[in-house]
Amino acid sequence: MAQPTFIDARGPRFSAAITTIVLIVALLTRSTLLTIWQLLVFAISAFYSMPNSPYGFVYRRVIAPYLNKRKNFSGQVPTEDSRPPRFAQQMGFGFVLLATVGALSHTWLLFTVATAACIFAAFLNSAFNYCLGCAIYLQGIRIFR
Amino acid sequence: MKSGAIVIAILVVATMFGLVSKSNRGRFRVKKNFHPILSRAEIGADLGSVATVLQFSSAFCAPCRATRQILENLTPQFPGIAHIEIDAESHLELVRRLKVHQTPTTLFLDANGQEIGRAVGAPKKSQLVAVLEKLHGAAHVH
Repeated sequence: MAQPTFIDARGPRFSAAITTIVLIVALLTRSTLLTIWQLLVFAISAFYSMPNSPYGFVYRRVIAPYLNKRKNFSGQVPTEDSRPPRFAQQMGFGFVLLATVGALSHTWLLFTVATAACIFAAFLNSAFNYCLGCAIYLQGIRIFR
Repeated sequence: MKSGAIVIAILVVATMFGLVSKSNRGRFRVKKNFHPILSRAEIGADLGSVATVLQFSSAFCAPCRATRQILENLTPQFPGIAHIEIDAESHLELVRRLKVHQTPTTLFLDANGQEIGRAVGAPKKSQLVAVLEKLHGAAHVH
């Protein structure tokens, strides 16, 4: 198993907030373009690097410096093992891939269900800091190892 | 608009799910029908003479660290109550037997090593103080 890497634990939550908005707009407008954009973002964060994905980049450059300057900042960046959130990104990639297939083939039921599932998880992560994919990852470790 | 209704429905259901899981986080629940007894050998450390707080953690889980800090500060104030932390990933047999589904999960054991109840998710300090006082008080009554 690969050595765990650490990421700023607040980053995925920011990314999830952007993802929620992007996917809601995509669902409302049935936008194939926006869906593909989100697919690309997930592809980068799931298989390359979360901090270097477009949303992760904005987080590092704009949001994190702002958060670290706030008065109630403890001086210590909360970090987390990147494996559970990365698995969550891969799940997101899977669902948005289905949504993309749905959009391209005009199978709007598939598009709607897959996008809706993804909005559910992304919203839960951004609003409640509850990472559904991470919970599934941890359950998986428990069952399969 | 159909997709607008779908979006609203998702957000409502997700909000309800989020609120329920948030209110359950760290709450002490008394065990009703599942009372495993744990021995020193299984835990790998001495049980407290009054009670034991057994915390299941995983590496680099930030709420686990917060829970550990609170418990390390609190338990010395309650003589006879021991705080033991266990790495869930290297004790998978125990994790399965005790039905630990996430970290941190904090089990509260009586003097015999029998589970009284548990808190799933990171408890607040006030929640832990209440449980520890109860455990400590109960021991003095008997």
